[in-house]
Amino acid sequence: MSETGIPSGQLNVKDLVKKANELNDFSHLLEHVPYAQFIGMQVSRFGDELVFQLPAKDDNIGNPTLPALHGGVIAGFMEMSAILQLMVFMQATKVPKVVDFSIDYLRAGHLKDSFAECKITRQGRRVANVSINCWQTNRKALIATARAHFLIE
Amino acid sequence: MKTNPEFFPLTDLASRFVDQLVQCRRLKLGVLEASEHHVLIELPYNKALIGYPETGVIHGGVITTLMDTASGTAVVCSIFDKYKSLELSPTLDLRVDYMKPAEPNKSVYGFAECYKLSSSVAFTRAIAYQDSIDDPIAHAVGSFMRISPDMVGEPFRRALMGEES
Repeated sequence: MSETGIPSGQLNVKDLVKKANELNDFSHLLEHVPYAQFIGMQVSRFGDELVFQLPAKDDNIGNPTLPALHGGVIAGFMEMSAILQLMVFMQATKVPKVVDFSIDYLRAGHLKDSFAECKITRQGRRVANVSINCWQTNRKALIATARAHFLIE
Repeated sequence: MKTNPEFFPLTDLASRFVDQLVQCRRLKLGVLEASEHHVLIELPYNKALIGYPETGVIHGGVITTLMDTASGTAVVCSIFDKYKSLELSPTLDLRVDYMKPAEPNKSVYGFAECYKLSSSVAFTRAIAYQDSIDDPIAHAVGSFMRISPDMVGEPFRRALMGEES
């Protein structure tokens, strides 16, 4: 372990995912990613579905007058959700690398808990396409929708 | 990195704007230059932002936040220069293409420009780089909705103009 508590060297993604599956606890996958801790995101599993959560946190505010979450944080949360979705459902040996990320903001993200769910639209041999939806109080009232490509090897 | 903020008249305005955004203070984003044409923002390396623990590479989400902030600031500067008014434009959409990972232990620079300002939408493009803008980490295009200057609250307007409250 380095001084930051981040394990140095190789991270065995396959073992981590396997362990998470056995314990039915995916939160410790996030503990290995400092940025996930930085924004304070969490994950829960309901049967075959993963739901990602971003609890309301003052540090994630952009515009302080509304107050609204910074759009970049919402994007980062959604991107990390997609990475985790791929790791869990793909038996990845490495953390997928983002190739492109395109986000549409549909409503202001208020200082409230946010949620995300992902759909792997297509998984090829080298690239996966994922769509991500993000909402706050009502799943039907999305605050943002995104699609992204990831390199998987 | 050597810059000359005196040469770029909107640097102070852009700096005050970015400092108002809580997440940007947490990321320690610093405005190096701003003019009616462009904005240049520095993101210092920080281990807390790592997205790939094996390599120490920062998370793509941080680059997205840098691009969103730089692009949004470019819109603020562009509108201020053209209309002498303050508008806060929410992001409509943003697309980021990642060319290569950001090298650990080095700052990332975000260069953004608002290349078209229409009556209701502002269009932006941005590049993130480390050593040279010709060797980019990421490229972004975005669009921002223009809203009335009246939507900017008085405390926020004062903070942006650097007036004592």
